[in-house]
Amino acid sequence: MAAEGAENGADGCQSGCVSFVLRGLAAEDAESGVDGCQFDDMTDIYLGADRATEPEVAAVDAALGARGVDPVVRPETERLYTSGRSRRRERRHFLLPALHALQNAAGWISPGGINYVAEVLDVPPAEAFGVATFYDLFRTEPPDHEGDTFHVCVDAACQIAGYDDLAASVRASGGHVHLGPCLGQCERAPALFVQGSGGRRDYVPADDEPFELPQAGEESLRLLRRIGVADPSSLESYLAHGGYQALRRAGEMGAEAVLEAVAASGLSGRGGAAFPTGIKWRAVAAETGRPKHVVANCDESEPGTFKDRIVMEQDPFAVIETMAIAGLATGAANGWIYIRGEYPLATARLQDAIDAARAAGLLGPDAAGTGHDFDIAIWRGAGAYICGEETALFNSLEGFRGEPRNKPPFPTTHGLFGEPTAINNPETLLNVGDIILEGPDAYRSRGTERSPGTKLLCLSGKVGRPGLYEVPFGTSLGDLLDLAGGVAGNGELQAVLMGGAAGSFVGPDSLSLPLTLEDTRAAGTTLGSGVVMAFDTSDDMTAVVVRIAEFFRNESCGQCVPCRVGAVRQHETLVQMQRRGSLSPARRTLIDEMAEVMVDASICGLGHTAASAVRSALDLGLIASAPSR
Amino acid sequence: MTDTTITETAVTITIDGQPVEVAEGSTIHAACVEAGIDTPTLCWAENLTPVNVCRVCVVELEGSRALVPSCSRPAEEGMVVQTDTPRVRHSRRMVLEFLGSGVDLSQADDLHHWIKAYGADPDRYGTDGHPVERVEEPVKVQDELYIRDYSKCVLCYKCVEACGDDAQHTFAIAVAGRGFDARISTEFDVTLPDSACVYCGNCVGVCPTGALQFKTEYDLREVGEWRPDDQTVTRTVCSYCGVGCNLDLHVQDERIVKVTSPADHSVTSGHLCIKGRFGWQYVHGE
Ligand SMILES: Cc1cc2nc3c(=O)[nH]c(=O)nc-3n(C[C@H](O)[C@H](O)[C@H](O)COP(=O)(O)O)c2cc1C
Ligand code: SF4
Ligand code: FES
Repeated sequence: MAAEGAENGADGCQSGCVSFVLRGLAAEDAESGVDGCQFDDMTDIYLGADRATEPEVAAVDAALGARGVDPVVRPETERLYTSGRSRRRERRHFLLPALHALQNAAGWISPGGINYVAEVLDVPPAEAFGVATFYDLFRTEPPDHEGDTFHVCVDAACQIAGYDDLAASVRASGGHVHLGPCLGQCERAPALFVQGSGGRRDYVPADDEPFELPQAGEESLRLLRRIGVADPSSLESYLAHGGYQALRRAGEMGAEAVLEAVAASGLSGRGGAAFPTGIKWRAVAAETGRPKHVVANCDESEPGTFKDRIVMEQDPFAVIETMAIAGLATGAANGWIYIRGEYPLATARLQDAIDAARAAGLLGPDAAGTGHDFDIAIWRGAGAYICGEETALFNSLEGFRGEPRNKPPFPTTHGLFGEPTAINNPETLLNVGDIILEGPDAYRSRGTERSPGTKLLCLSGKVGRPGLYEVPFGTSLGDLLDLAGGVAGNGELQAVLMGGAAGSFVGPDSLSLPLTLEDTRAAGTTLGSGVVMAFDTSDDMTAVVVRIAEFFRNESCGQCVPCRVGAVRQHETLVQMQRRGSLSPARRTLIDEMAEVMVDASICGLGHTAASAVRSALDLGLIASAPSR
Repeated sequence: MTDTTITETAVTITIDGQPVEVAEGSTIHAACVEAGIDTPTLCWAENLTPVNVCRVCVVELEGSRALVPSCSRPAEEGMVVQTDTPRVRHSRRMVLEFLGSGVDLSQADDLHHWIKAYGADPDRYGTDGHPVERVEEPVKVQDELYIRDYSKCVLCYKCVEACGDDAQHTFAIAVAGRGFDARISTEFDVTLPDSACVYCGNCVGVCPTGALQFKTEYDLREVGEWRPDDQTVTRTVCSYCGVGCNLDLHVQDERIVKVTSPADHSVTSGHLCIKGRFGWQYVHGE
């Protein structure tokens, strides 16, 4: 083969000679085929003729160099026993950071840029392209505008706050606007995120405003007690406010006692699915013989949700301290924070916190003197709601398309890199700190028997003081709305969206609903990720629901048929309803039939919940439910 | 099919009330085959790793909230499975309807029987003036060996698997885009001659809908001369190298119109290289 390749002009060509010959014949002139063949530098992959520009190369090298990655250099003999595939697997997870670097350097991901990344990371260019095209923050066509991109949110909270005015004012000042899904700033709607280009950094203009927590300093606060009190940029300040006492205490207790305490506390996951944390951690702890991981799921993209952002921005050390506790309890040494790309301030604060903690011996070998090794790396998402689904998150982090995996097997045995993984929402993790410090009994003194503890709730829409609130489970919906300043707008409550786009609407008759897992479930709704979004009677609920349907249409990963097509057909049906002002009985039945297959046969929770808010709005009569309306 | 006589461990599951014994590690689908229960599949093939994305094979599993894909779910001792409940029939019907509402299934021969059996009506979404988004793209004819017609693509991932990990390890194509806009694509949609493609034709070999077609077949279909009923299939061994790949020569009007390999052949698992697949012109003295 090598001789054949040499004859054809590609010296040292090790593979793909048939393709080389064919390509040489098919191409205009054989020369270009030769130029395109890069087998002489011993990669297994074919790269086209496009080359990266100097700024692109520099950006990728800087991003990878910062993570300790050198280009692939491989002696010929090694190739004989190490297949390209296993080599590729080793570095594939650097694909996402490399694509971010390209996007930021050039304003798009160019063919030359993809080729360079493909070569350095040993990833086939077709796959790198498939990954790049999965994310909203990556462009694979040259930008049609100079400068940064201004992302304006069009989801519910920003919709009723008038995002179009914001978009118009950005445009008027010459900014390029991109309308997109929820940016996790619903308490300060309408929301804006600026994606830097030409090496400029990403930023959120609203981050320049001073931060205020509505309940700041209140005695009752547990998870939020340091916010507005301690300095989020200072390890000393964190330590002065009780920081790292929980990890030290956990070190003294030992893994088994921590697992017992978490199980006894009755803590359940706050990411939406409410799975018991104690059971999850116990399962990971029971796995032996393979590397294990703790992942903080900081993707937070459920429309209406912004709690994790505020926690990460205002109390970043608490997130990394409690991740270390999870590592200790489960026996995992590797911590990963997967954070959505639209959260630049939270990313920076977490990185600073990690650096400071590592320098102080609170991360790394024998972290905080616990005898357990634990360190954390941050991976940035790139605009894809689905990457908050835990198995999609693993794929995304590993450098594959963010497509959920079928379960079983579950993450506790086959998670990140196929290895045992405890994946948790940051709010879940924060609870563990208190459980360790005060013990499960004291922890259970708040909340209800089946929903112990407190809950973070994201109040947005037509309330007096939108923002992040912490209340014990069992607080009624009405009391919560009162706490947030009551119904604003015209003062007449039309509906409340509970749990976000994946949740459901409830009407004004639900104000006495106690906010617990069990009561919301019994009432046919959900707390989900803690979204409580109020609408007054002037809000156009049809427009809101049509947009929710569009959200799912846009955010479906496209892998499985029920969701890929179902979300489109559902949206089309609602657009017609909006246009005609009514929904025929046949179409109403069709919505139920489509919902049934999405719930029953979709791979993941996105498809399972894509019809939930829509159907609740129809059932409540919030949107045209009968021809008469 | 799995040989249960020599395996160490067998598991017994109940399908539609009937006990079925299969080797440990077999799927529910394999157990259905064992029990003689016909089950629709689309993204599954015996020579590829299951990706369980089409969801047409779903069954009801006792204790599971949602339906489960039979093609990938391992059979476990004591499982109780139902394959013909209203829920199962509904999901299968809707999956087929959804597919038919978005892409051209006219050449997805294996599905036609199921579309009928489940009473799927892909046209009902577009009635009463409702606009329906479909995948509509011009056919890609970029070389003399095969064509790609993505308006027929159901995104079963089979071609990607055959090009990649499951057979060829060339990785010339991948899924690009997201949601309904997801498509099988080379990097930046470059033509196949400009991609890593080695023209093994294994992607064409596994395509269930005619989205990927040998150029010979495409040309004959274009002029209305593709007549499968008039074709003979002759099994032979490839004459190029010593590996011993079985070839099935599909012959119409005394000319080879397509070359495939049996999926259960121990050497090829149905996959070939460019020579065996396309190097037959000499047979006709060309
Ligand atoms: C479409 C989808 C999006 C999700 N997004 C998030 C998210 O942004 N953050 C999160 O913590 N969990 C999210 N989840 C839930 C996760 O899959 C997982 O259950 C959670 O991270 C587990 O952590 P917990 O047990 O602490 O809640 C999402 C689930 C689905 C189906
Ligand atoms: S349900 Fe939707 S998001 Fe989830 S795997 Fe299927 S297509 Fe992807
Ligand atoms: S054949 Fe099982 S999901 Fe496609």
